[in-house]
Amino acid sequence: MNTIRDKCAIVGVGTTEYYKRGQSYPETELSMACTAILAALDDAGLTINDLDGFSIYSSSCDPATVGAELGVPEIRWATTTTSGGGGCVGALGVAASAIETGQATTIVSLMTLQQLNRRLGGSAVGGMMMFAMMSDGGGSPYGGGGVPPSAAFTANNGLLSPGHSFAQITNRHMHLYGTTREQIAEVALSSRKNAGTNPRALRPEPITIDDYFNARMINDPLCLFDYTMESDGAVAVITTSTERARNLKQPPVLISAASHGGTGRWGPALFRYFQTPDEYFATSGHRPVAKRMYEMAGVGPSDVDVALLYDHFAPMVMIQLEDYGFCPIGEGGPFLADGNIRYGTGSIPVNTHGGNLSEAYIIGMTHVREAVEQLRGTAANQVEGAEVALVTGGPAGLPVSGAILRKDV
Amino acid sequence: MAGDFGNLERGKFPTILKETHADSLTQPFWDAAKEDRLVCQHCTNCGTFRMPPSPFCFNCQSRDHDYPELPGTGTVYSFTVVRHPLHPDLAECCPYVSGVVELDGTQGAGARMLVNIIDCDPDAVRIGDKVEIVFEHVTEEMSTPRFRPLSG
Repeated sequence: MNTIRDKCAIVGVGTTEYYKRGQSYPETELSMACTAILAALDDAGLTINDLDGFSIYSSSCDPATVGAELGVPEIRWATTTTSGGGGCVGALGVAASAIETGQATTIVSLMTLQQLNRRLGGSAVGGMMMFAMMSDGGGSPYGGGGVPPSAAFTANNGLLSPGHSFAQITNRHMHLYGTTREQIAEVALSSRKNAGTNPRALRPEPITIDDYFNARMINDPLCLFDYTMESDGAVAVITTSTERARNLKQPPVLISAASHGGTGRWGPALFRYFQTPDEYFATSGHRPVAKRMYEMAGVGPSDVDVALLYDHFAPMVMIQLEDYGFCPIGEGGPFLADGNIRYGTGSIPVNTHGGNLSEAYIIGMTHVREAVEQLRGTAANQVEGAEVALVTGGPAGLPVSGAILRKDV
Repeated sequence: MAGDFGNLERGKFPTILKETHADSLTQPFWDAAKEDRLVCQHCTNCGTFRMPPSPFCFNCQSRDHDYPELPGTGTVYSFTVVRHPLHPDLAECCPYVSGVVELDGTQGAGARMLVNIIDCDPDAVRIGDKVEIVFEHVTEEMSTPRFRPLSG
């Protein structure tokens, strides 16, 4: 059977420093992208003359602009995985597919983000309208030239930000399974503790369960500590063939599997829950992706040594633990409460870097960086003997994505 | 847009989009709304209801449809209480409740609307609460649908 399993590897990681929102100025998204790409190539022992492809997601950068800026000799592959942060690690699978089929040799995947004049999450009125109207493009690159007819069905309902949307899933989960805020708090507390021993984390200061319950409620049931932070920065990774990777500077981190997609009617998900099937509503949207990913990699959840789960909102980590099979559906809350995700003591250490909640939020790529460092054995909070890592893209509109990375042993 | 919100009322999210931008598929909904009636697009091939109106039935891919009138009642499927305003000018309407309402008359697990739920105690709203639709006639073309607890 044709497969990308273990055929390609991540050979280089490059980043800027992580900044709190807006503080990367006077750098720009372009300058940070270029910095991260050059650093990733250098990490791999490669140069710009080796780079011949871009496999991006969430419109992170324009390969034409970056290619011109850095003088890439020839671009042979330029694709984006559609939608937003959900496709993060799906882009690694696209890169591997291109390399395995001989269409390119050395592909960068990256995110660069600066929230100086704009903020993710529609926290300005202009952004509100954008979020209210998004997800109705129908796929035309030229757009409809105006406000889509469906916009009027959501624009005035007060559901404006991703947090307003993920609260609907969380509340439904609490209703169906008796999940509590105390259980969800464990995601925030565990991540913050990991950040405390990660020198690059932007929020290392410890928090307690009392701090969690005393924190400002943004929109029930999500309080301040359930929300990701807002960050600036860039992270790039370089993928090439495993064969070639073995002759490069770093120990290869194999892409065992990467899948993206989801159930059609999950659809744009955010702000468009009109018809999401009942059995999928209180989920992360990842279940079909997880199934294909594990089959591709030939492993199961019990083989995973460390899980880097996209944590824009704390409860979505809990729900991904269910959807990726670490515990039965509906039992994410008790699973958290039993200490299973703790670094050092839990059955499956989660977000050892502190995650989006406490390290930095660069739309998923910080999780890829952490997975690579865990498998190279160089992580700040190193999981002893880590050989298999799970990395996920954000629960969001389709496609969502998951990847199994593993040490080359 | 600051200042465009008009007089804000606690619990009620303002109508920030005052035009319907309707096409031939969504116009019947807005026409009925003007008359305080809730209609829902319905596939005449397989019977599936869908909201908002769209070209194809997700169940049978048919384009045939009509717009039967629904009772206008429903059940709270999920919700959030928005306490922190996303814009300082919206502070006056917080806290407000917005959520997902399943529409009665659409085969149980049928069509849903994402709406502001008004005239309620935000701390008392629960999933499963019965609610009814109420339209605010904002402009000639826009009648904003909201839901409120079903009296009695």
